[in-house]
Amino acid sequence: MIESLINIILFTMLAATSLAVVRLHNLFAITMLFGVYSLLSAVIFVELDAVDVAFTEAAVGAGISTMLILSTLVITGHHEKNPKHGPWLPLVVVILTGAVLAWGTLDMPLFGSLDNPIHQHVAPRYIQDSPEEIGIPNMVTSVLASYRGYDTMGEVVVVFAALIGVLALIGINEKKCAKRQYSSDERPPRPVLQVMSKLLIPYIMLFALYVQFHGDFGPGGGFQAGVIFAAAIILYTLTFSLDDAFDLISPRVLRPLAAIGVLIYGGTGIVTMLLGGTFLNYSVLAGDPKSGQHYGILAIEFGVGLTVATVMMLIFYAFVSRGEKGKVE
Amino acid sequence: MTEHLPALQVIIPLLLAPVVFLFNHARLAWILSVLVSWVGLLISLSLLFAVNDGEVIRYEFGGWEAPYGIAYKVDRLNALVLLIVSAMAAVIFPFSWQAIQKEIPPSLHVIFYTALLLCLSGLLGMAITGDAFNLFVFIEISSLSTYTLISLGKDRRALTAAFQYLIMGTIGGTFILIGVGLLYILTGTLNMADLALRIGEYEAQESRTLQAAFAFLVVGIGLKLAMFPLHLWLPGAYANAPSVVSAFLAATATKVAVYALLRFLFTVFGADYTYDGMHIDYLFIPLALISILFASIVAIFQRGLKRMLAYSSVAQIGYMLLGIGLANESGLTAATLHLFNHALMKGALFLVVAMIFFRTGGTSMRYITGLGKEMPWTMAAFVVAGLSLIGVPLTVGFISKWYLILASIERGWWPITIVVLIGSLIAVVYIWRVVEAAYFKPRPENMPPVKEAPAGMLILTWILVAANIYFGVNASFTAGIAGAVAAELLGGGV
Amino acid sequence: MNIDFVGLYNYWVVIFLMMVGFYTVIAYDNLVKKVVGLNIFQTAVFMMYISASKVDGGSVPIYSESIELYSNPLPHVLILTAIVVGVAITALALALIIRIKEAYGTINEDDIIRMDLEEDARRDKL
Repeated sequence: MIESLINIILFTMLAATSLAVVRLHNLFAITMLFGVYSLLSAVIFVELDAVDVAFTEAAVGAGISTMLILSTLVITGHHEKNPKHGPWLPLVVVILTGAVLAWGTLDMPLFGSLDNPIHQHVAPRYIQDSPEEIGIPNMVTSVLASYRGYDTMGEVVVVFAALIGVLALIGINEKKCAKRQYSSDERPPRPVLQVMSKLLIPYIMLFALYVQFHGDFGPGGGFQAGVIFAAAIILYTLTFSLDDAFDLISPRVLRPLAAIGVLIYGGTGIVTMLLGGTFLNYSVLAGDPKSGQHYGILAIEFGVGLTVATVMMLIFYAFVSRGEKGKVE
Repeated sequence: MTEHLPALQVIIPLLLAPVVFLFNHARLAWILSVLVSWVGLLISLSLLFAVNDGEVIRYEFGGWEAPYGIAYKVDRLNALVLLIVSAMAAVIFPFSWQAIQKEIPPSLHVIFYTALLLCLSGLLGMAITGDAFNLFVFIEISSLSTYTLISLGKDRRALTAAFQYLIMGTIGGTFILIGVGLLYILTGTLNMADLALRIGEYEAQESRTLQAAFAFLVVGIGLKLAMFPLHLWLPGAYANAPSVVSAFLAATATKVAVYALLRFLFTVFGADYTYDGMHIDYLFIPLALISILFASIVAIFQRGLKRMLAYSSVAQIGYMLLGIGLANESGLTAATLHLFNHALMKGALFLVVAMIFFRTGGTSMRYITGLGKEMPWTMAAFVVAGLSLIGVPLTVGFISKWYLILASIERGWWPITIVVLIGSLIAVVYIWRVVEAAYFKPRPENMPPVKEAPAGMLILTWILVAANIYFGVNASFTAGIAGAVAAELLGGGV
Repeated sequence: MNIDFVGLYNYWVVIFLMMVGFYTVIAYDNLVKKVVGLNIFQTAVFMMYISASKVDGGSVPIYSESIELYSNPLPHVLILTAIVVGVAITALALALIIRIKEAYGTINEDDIIRMDLEEDARRDKL
């Protein structure tokens, strides 16, 4: 009972936040509230037992998306001019669609019941057999990396495709700015922040590695680890400067690594083909299928982590350099 | 290695994209892309011959059997769509090198080929997969790279067109995700064949959730295939994208979306549910008729050649929907056949546009005026492909329309044949506008002299033009496959 | 018809969120706001999948000897993929918005449409 009460309260809060996002006109405020909305979603995912999803939503929705929107607003401005077209027709369309949907879902299988068909057919195999077949306790990782490993490869390619799109559109301006001397009233060289982030960054990176390699046993995996690793560099860029970040880890290094991550994933599949299995059948990688699965998952998770980390950093570089240094010549 | 062919069809271009990006060398990127497109054509041909006798090829990724893992299942329909996509790539990729020199800055050539390969693999992945969620993943791979490719267009309108397509495409993709999710909630499976088996019991009890899933999938895929009135993104996207991209998208992207629609309507839901349960014919026939008339008329008034052809594409999609809506074997044969035939004619027409742009630097009417003398082979290709678009006998366009007319008479709705004929007449009008400008008006004084397009580009375009004639004269091969596909779809065979 | 409020409440909020997101995309003029709306729309779908994966009394799908009942891991995997697709689309959309701002000087849809129409009118005079 208490669980469903918490559930109802959280969902109601989410609905309220979404309304607030829509009704505000200051785009900065909207972006921050959108971050809150994402965090709230992550909380709901935890409450619904989806810890891996919560982890990702917190890192991506509240972290990366919010940051990307903010760096866009730096360029586009945050004032919303003439907010709406005629608001009534869309409202009617939306309410009608919503009503039809609500009618359509009245005979949905009810929330939480184990008898629902969704829990009956394919899922029990994953729950009962994956610890035995794959040999790792986190079933989400088993399904993600092995049973539906091909989808996950597609997901990595989607990330790569986003990088290609961002590079095609705005590119990364690598031109160095002349070292500026700050006068006392503009952009102080933030000593406290810089020292604190220098203290934090090694631990963030360590945590990323933990998430990367502990994903078999707990929530986490290549995707979350990649985002966290990128977050360390983003923090460094924010507290120091873009040029410092370029010195630390240059886009020239990151670009090939992003492609190599995808190739590690696909290469694992090619190897399994050459060894006589189908694409991404890790069982053929070692004499014992279970250790084969283990090696395979290790390899592809590394590929995922590499691509995601490098792509997130590159996209961040692209947005920030566009704002600070203007177009690529 | 032959047992891996279904996987290789998709994986080779998919993995070549990062390789091309890694090498970071434009000409090499082009050569590799061309080689891959030719290898892909060979693979799709051998798949088609392997399944042409009604056999089905399966491929299980990760070694997991069907409902638990992701599986490919290739039947005639898959193989036909794979052939369309790979054949168009095999012609358009070699063509692209010269065409992009004047349309895309050299610093973006590597990115262009990376995105093009991703787009190709996304479309191939959509056309071959037997898993509903895997379909969504590949839709998004192809969509993201398509948005990128469109935004590479020279005019700033390419940016707004790409953005509009991104918004509408994402809503469509999310609708598909909702539909797949509802199906999964009802049945507990994502495999299409398995879904088909398990949906039956819900169809019997008239589940509202199933109806909602059906509606979401039709609207979502409808957005992707530019079904009237969800076509608003298409004219802007095709008109402002670089010419090669317009050619590739016009020849492949909407075809694959139509394939996805066929797959869900007939394989997953089954013909009985689609027609008798949901009465899709009463939705598709009016929409198809309106789009044939409306989009064709709008096409007449476009000042740009690309925009005109884009609206004509919306009308042509109407013919395919009409075929589906007529709900008989001839209708589905027409729809399936038109996938192939329309790819041939629109591919050829857009390549002509690319050559005109290559030589004159523009594609609006004033650039075309008087071109008949200056670029005789190019404009001749336009005339022949245009005749095919109109549906003149001895071209592929005629074959499609023939089956459509048969289907509407079989259904007993002969007035539809009149609309089909009117559609053809309007096509005569907009094709004639171009022909008149090119052949019967002198070149304006202020336009610089132009040369005929390079031989390489001409040869590739004329390959497509020749295919328009060849498959128009000798339709037994394509009509045979399309007929078998139609029978299979209506029989509800999985 | 007997309607189970608690059993369907999640789905109703999902529908509500979808409609809020959808409304933001079609009714608002500012391109950044449209992207935020698109994100809300997508998150609503994530909620639908994850709500369906929950089993009453079930636990996080990480194997442990003391646990009998787990929630369904498959929707989690699907939504992980969908979240990644979502952020990829967001990044691309924002990059497009930056270019649109540079090319048009505005990110308001109405202004952009007006500028395109004016340009058409100028071209017609040529």
